[in-house]
Amino acid sequence: MSEILEIEISAELAAKIGEHGVETYPHECCGALLGRDQSFTGKVDSDAKGHEAAREILGLFPLVNRREDSPRNRFSVTGEDVREAEKSASAQGLEVVGWYHSHPDHPARPSEYDRDHAWPWYSYIIVSVRDGVAGDMTSWRLKDDRSGFLEEKIDSVKAGAAV
Amino acid sequence: MSIKVMIPTPLRVYAGKRDSADIAAATVGEALGRLTSEFDELRKHLFTEEGKLRAFVNVYLNDEDIRYLAKENTPTKDGDTISIIPSIAGGTSKNAD
Repeated sequence: MSEILEIEISAELAAKIGEHGVETYPHECCGALLGRDQSFTGKVDSDAKGHEAAREILGLFPLVNRREDSPRNRFSVTGEDVREAEKSASAQGLEVVGWYHSHPDHPARPSEYDRDHAWPWYSYIIVSVRDGVAGDMTSWRLKDDRSGFLEEKIDSVKAGAAV
Repeated sequence: MSIKVMIPTPLRVYAGKRDSADIAAATVGEALGRLTSEFDELRKHLFTEEGKLRAFVNVYLNDEDIRYLAKENTPTKDGDTISIIPSIAGGTSKNAD
């Protein structure tokens, strides 16, 4: 099966995610990805054949990491925060299409913990922040059967071009 | 007695692409049970293999978190709305605790 999942984000917004991770380092940062998705109905198995970046990120909604016990390697966003993010998206004519968080001093790859706490369809962007410097950024979608994540290509375009 | 269950966007693909479902049920737990019986693919994203509601899945009855009501035994009445909202959590693979 050769799915090509793709997400489009401006270089400016991608940089902002990295900056948020640097700001909260050595703790994890997190936030919502606001945007549009043209392939709404596509499951991960059948999605994304011959489309052009069906999903685009047009805004961010930074959130406060609610984990006070272990903020270096966990983040948590409450159901109320999620509702706020959804309201903000809706007010801008967008929807919450995913979430971002940082992995301080760890690779930008989803963990087992990430998998246990994910839903399909959402894009999960992870930025690695090492020694306080933002590095690799990846994006992932949970498979329908919850067995793991599929990486999606981040198509980063010049600032403003995505709008 | 009919209550409305709002289906969150990421899970609509498992619910016939519907954004809501009208279900006859006397409790929140019964409503979720009937919903996942009708749309079997929804089940694994809401419940663990042991049949417990996943910890990151929040259920609201008319804007009240059922954790602060009677959880899944919370009684429903005609015209109620159930919303399913995820908490978002994640992190690196090191143990947190």
